[in-house]
Amino acid sequence: MDRFRMIFQYFQSNSESVMNGICGLLALASVKMYTSFDFSCPCLPQYNMAYGLGIMFVPPVILFLCGLILNRQSLVMLEEWRRPQGRRKKDVAVIRYMCSSIMQRAMVAPVVWIIVTLLDGKCLICAFSGSMDPEKFVGFANVSTAQVQQLLAKVPCKDDELMRNNTSRKAVSRYLRCWSQALGWSILLILIIAAFLARWLRPCFNQTTLLQARHWSNYIDIEQKIFEETCCEHSRLFAHKCILHFFESMQQEIKLHSFSLPREGEGAEGEEDLLRGITDQDQVNKLLKTWYYEKPPLDVS
Amino acid sequence: MDKFRMIFQFFQSNQESFMNGICGIMALASTQMYSAFDFNCPCLPHYNLAYGLGILLLPPFILFLLGFVLNNNISMLAEEWRRPQGQRGKDPAVLRYMFCSMAQRAMIAPAVWVSVTLLDGKCITCAFCTSVPVETLGNASHPYLSKEEIQRVLARIPCKEIYNGQQLIANEVAVRYLRCISQALGWCFVLLMTTLAFLVRSLRPCFSQAAFLKSRYWSHYIDIERKLFDETCAEHARSFAKVCIQQFFEGMSTDLVAARCHLPRKVPADAGEAAEKLLGITDQGTMNMALKSWHRCKPPLHLHPPALSNGNGWAGEGQPPTHPSVPRRETAAYYSWV
Repeated sequence: MDRFRMIFQYFQSNSESVMNGICGLLALASVKMYTSFDFSCPCLPQYNMAYGLGIMFVPPVILFLCGLILNRQSLVMLEEWRRPQGRRKKDVAVIRYMCSSIMQRAMVAPVVWIIVTLLDGKCLICAFSGSMDPEKFVGFANVSTAQVQQLLAKVPCKDDELMRNNTSRKAVSRYLRCWSQALGWSILLILIIAAFLARWLRPCFNQTTLLQARHWSNYIDIEQKIFEETCCEHSRLFAHKCILHFFESMQQEIKLHSFSLPREGEGAEGEEDLLRGITDQDQVNKLLKTWYYEKPPLDVS
Repeated sequence: MDKFRMIFQFFQSNQESFMNGICGIMALASTQMYSAFDFNCPCLPHYNLAYGLGILLLPPFILFLLGFVLNNNISMLAEEWRRPQGQRGKDPAVLRYMFCSMAQRAMIAPAVWVSVTLLDGKCITCAFCTSVPVETLGNASHPYLSKEEIQRVLARIPCKEIYNGQQLIANEVAVRYLRCISQALGWCFVLLMTTLAFLVRSLRPCFSQAAFLKSRYWSHYIDIERKLFDETCAEHARSFAKVCIQQFFEGMSTDLVAARCHLPRKVPADAGEAAEKLLGITDQGTMNMALKSWHRCKPPLHLHPPALSNGNGWAGEGQPPTHPSVPRRETAAYYSWV
């Protein structure tokens, strides 16, 4: 019982920290994924924008879904949402609380990806180099319209033979990178201010409802864990009883068949108990065969 | 027994995390395998496609099978599937649950291989370099080059050192194009897999939660029952062996006493446990004879009450002890030493 209490406390205190840990790991994984991904802009007029914006927005969707999948609480919330009412009322505030906490945690990794992408700048340079106004840049101002699109599309590729020593390419690149980094920092600033305000102003609104919702959402989580634990414990005991019954029924069958004299042996009495009356190669073979061909019914009454 | 129970509970609660761990290790192993593999495009017209697609699709198949092989529960599933019904009904939902959970875990490493391959781009570049649209990306105005020639030149795109078609289409342009397509495919594949996983996980509580709880309970039960049965059999075998060997030594010592017409030596009252454990064998000659007999003529697998065994050789498979046993004699039976 004491052990159960210790496990109780462990789960209670650590459910939130486990989820925060997963959230942090996903954020780190997202940075690692970005650095190990070999970004290679196609440098072709129609493909650039699709590629650039795709790299900026598709992985965040993937990371968001991963954040939802890896979070155990999302399953708990869904079960609570879909369960039939039965004898326990459903509290919408609890479900809302759980939903919002899951969403907040799942949003961290995608936001990290987007910010890292913007601060690095490669995606925006790739996506928007073709939309630049060529008049602003000396090297592109006097080129025919048909060719200028091709040239602008090649700006992200430094090693292309046409772009290798082009100073206007560097100008376009720097310009776009500046915009990209400004956007990245602004988004970061806005998000941090929003998070700060949300945390700071929250006690001013509905504090009691919040405390209740948090308590009951924690409760539902723990109840689920303990139910699974109890089921495991129960199935272990069930199996134990079932096997004991099986051995006893084998023992009785053997006694019926062999009419052996009751044993008065002192010898290894502890061992005799463990042998459960099965003391012969045939008997053991019969037991194993019966176990395979005729498993006992799931009934230990 | 208490220690056993604790270890049991640990494995039980951690069976899932143990299998998740193996799953994660295989995913890491698959990325490591890919980076260690030395990709070598043949740069020949028809071989490129075969090589590229082979590297893309064959290792995932191997990893999928390996995922099943490394999963301990596969034998449990097979056993439950093939067992005769007997007194216990078979529930197809439980079998389905076990199979689905194993298949889901086995799918992870192949999916990781395919994603990493597509995101890296070498395979697709190798496989599809002959299908690059030369009209849009390069100069298709080479009338003196026949179709086969063009194919041969394009096939060399992945091998920069021997590429000789710079006038036809620039190598970097073609490689960038193919890589862009490959990476787009890779990300779409990852998005698709993640969406599928999310749907599978989130639709289940909406539709079949009760059935799911039932299947999960009984699949755990089958696993635990099997382990407990193996434990019980192991305990039984241990006790069986102990009693068998004890009876062997007792038989030996009584037999030798009868053969030498010695009175059984009285164990001095204060000799204690050690003397009892000697089982009546107290000199080199006797011990050697005991060892020789153990090797040449092992006792039958038939334990008797403290009176002596009365048979040699193996009890046959099809001979259950159905006849009432002969009243036992208290004196030694004759052994043959052969």
